[in-house]
Amino acid sequence: MNARLLPYILILPVTLFLCLFFLYPFVLVAAQAFTTGDGFSLENFREVVGYWKFPISLKNTLLLAAAVVPVQLALALLMATMVNRMRRGRDLVLYIWTIPLGISDLAAGMIWLAIFEQSGFLNTILGAVGAIDRPVNFLSYQHMGVVFLAIALAEIWRATAIMLVILVAGIGLIPKEYYEAAEVFGAGPWQRFRRITLPLLRPSLQTALVLRVILAFEVFAVVAALGGTLFPVLMSETYAYQFDLLDSGAAAAMALIILAISIASTLVILRVLRVPKGASI
Amino acid sequence: MAEIQIRNVAKQFGSYTALRDINLTIADQEFMVLLGASGCGKTTLLRIIAGLETATTGEVWIGGRRVDHLPPRDRGIAMVFQNYAVFPHLTVFENIGFGLRMRRMAETELRQRVERVAELMHIEQLLKRYSGELSGGQRQRVAVARALAMEPDVILMDEPLSNLDALLRLEMRTELKGVLAESRTTAIYVTHDQVEAMSLADRISVMHQGRIVQAASPIEVYRNPATEFVGGFIGNPPMNFLPARPLGEGRWQVAGLVVDGPRLDKPLHFAIRPEDLRPAENGLQARVRVVEPLGAHVLVTCDVDGAMLRAVLDSDISLNPGDRLTLAPQPDRIRWFDPETTRAVH
Repeated sequence: MNARLLPYILILPVTLFLCLFFLYPFVLVAAQAFTTGDGFSLENFREVVGYWKFPISLKNTLLLAAAVVPVQLALALLMATMVNRMRRGRDLVLYIWTIPLGISDLAAGMIWLAIFEQSGFLNTILGAVGAIDRPVNFLSYQHMGVVFLAIALAEIWRATAIMLVILVAGIGLIPKEYYEAAEVFGAGPWQRFRRITLPLLRPSLQTALVLRVILAFEVFAVVAALGGTLFPVLMSETYAYQFDLLDSGAAAAMALIILAISIASTLVILRVLRVPKGASI
Repeated sequence: MAEIQIRNVAKQFGSYTALRDINLTIADQEFMVLLGASGCGKTTLLRIIAGLETATTGEVWIGGRRVDHLPPRDRGIAMVFQNYAVFPHLTVFENIGFGLRMRRMAETELRQRVERVAELMHIEQLLKRYSGELSGGQRQRVAVARALAMEPDVILMDEPLSNLDALLRLEMRTELKGVLAESRTTAIYVTHDQVEAMSLADRISVMHQGRIVQAASPIEVYRNPATEFVGGFIGNPPMNFLPARPLGEGRWQVAGLVVDGPRLDKPLHFAIRPEDLRPAENGLQARVRVVEPLGAHVLVTCDVDGAMLRAVLDSDISLNPGDRLTLAPQPDRIRWFDPETTRAVH
């Protein structure tokens, strides 16, 4: 076997698979978004952007991402630092913390629904301690704050671990000697975190944030379970166009808008957390 | 003034004893080298002085102040690490100024200080670079500059030259010695390289199996090793040891030779450095086994009465394996060791 050809032959199957089941449908969706009955047009985009629910769902999606991602980042950093300091039982703790990753997002939404719904655990507890006389329907339009909080909590609970595993791996790559040098030259624990861990973690932070932010823009099942139509997000609108309104052109346009937002945020993250040439570990 | 005192320090890692009962005083501005093979505890001792490791028992005093309970930053020390530990995400300037920033030094003063030490280490043209753009030797200079910038009482160095190639190591060695002498700080330098130790140290502490076996000036350690280990470890090729039988009245039988020695009545080891042997009429009867020309000298490995003996002779001598040779030890360079304790006997 020719050694120069071998790598290409080995990646050929997965490349073909991705072209057939990813690239090709993507081109079809893009074509669908940019055409109506009579050829090329921006009509689909005009329609979805002009719809009254679009600004709300865009705002909700961005708000949710803005509330969830920073909390997850802070939590994941804290947890990763703690795990990294553990001498024993480190793997066990990591496995336990990553359990939510093994649960589908719809199931995650339903777990939190069981807490917040009218006959849920929260109402039972509040009733038992006498804080309320009769069950409250927390997930209703009168309690939009609670709806938002429930969705945010479920998202944080469900998807912090994905950042955690990336950051744990990243922190593990930072040589101990840097921390010792920082300690000798006067940096306390907080300074070491801020001046050594954070900057040297930039590549992992990039990966974790890009992944998490893209997932945040695609949030759907958790919102569907907890907020239903009360809390429209971009993905739920896309779903509605495709399956309720049977307007696949509009759904395709929505999908491309979500993609554009994802790409834009990815570029921003990569730019902000870039590592100058010659400055990597 | 930064005299360092190490009092009864011991270190236990689980059931492994890394250091036992270390007592050492290092004078202000002294250049002390901790020398030993890997695993002898020299790095552990350095890290205990730095505060990166805690001693199981014992005390560390720097400049008349007990410091073993203080974090590294409050001990008045700076350190040069084996792998340099030059922060990759900071420029050379920020690396050198790192400790000063931690002390919240004013910007103008910091700039002056960084530029001054950068000039001293000849890296002033590299200040804007990242460590990924530097060679090993340049990184080493940054690491030293970062330590010097702190103007510490004590500089600790953990095998700082071991990752450099031979030529660069020689160059940096000379430079380090000059720079440190000028900075008037107390220095503790860990190495396994005896040549480095000899050339740099005011005093060498030879460590073996968690103990300091001898702490003395380089020439003293070389001429009068306290134990057989020191004699064998220092000097390349190492010291020769031959069994000696007492004949009484301070006379000793060494192979076929009778020499004067201590007035003792038990078997000892006769020791002589390879360069203190000369071809002569009267001496040890040796059979040449291997001849290795070293340029100015020739290293001859011979067989004396079943024991191995090495001699460094002038290279104008012509020898072949199998030749017979008579080697006379220089009388004032002969040393004696007790085989039971391996300690020197006078």
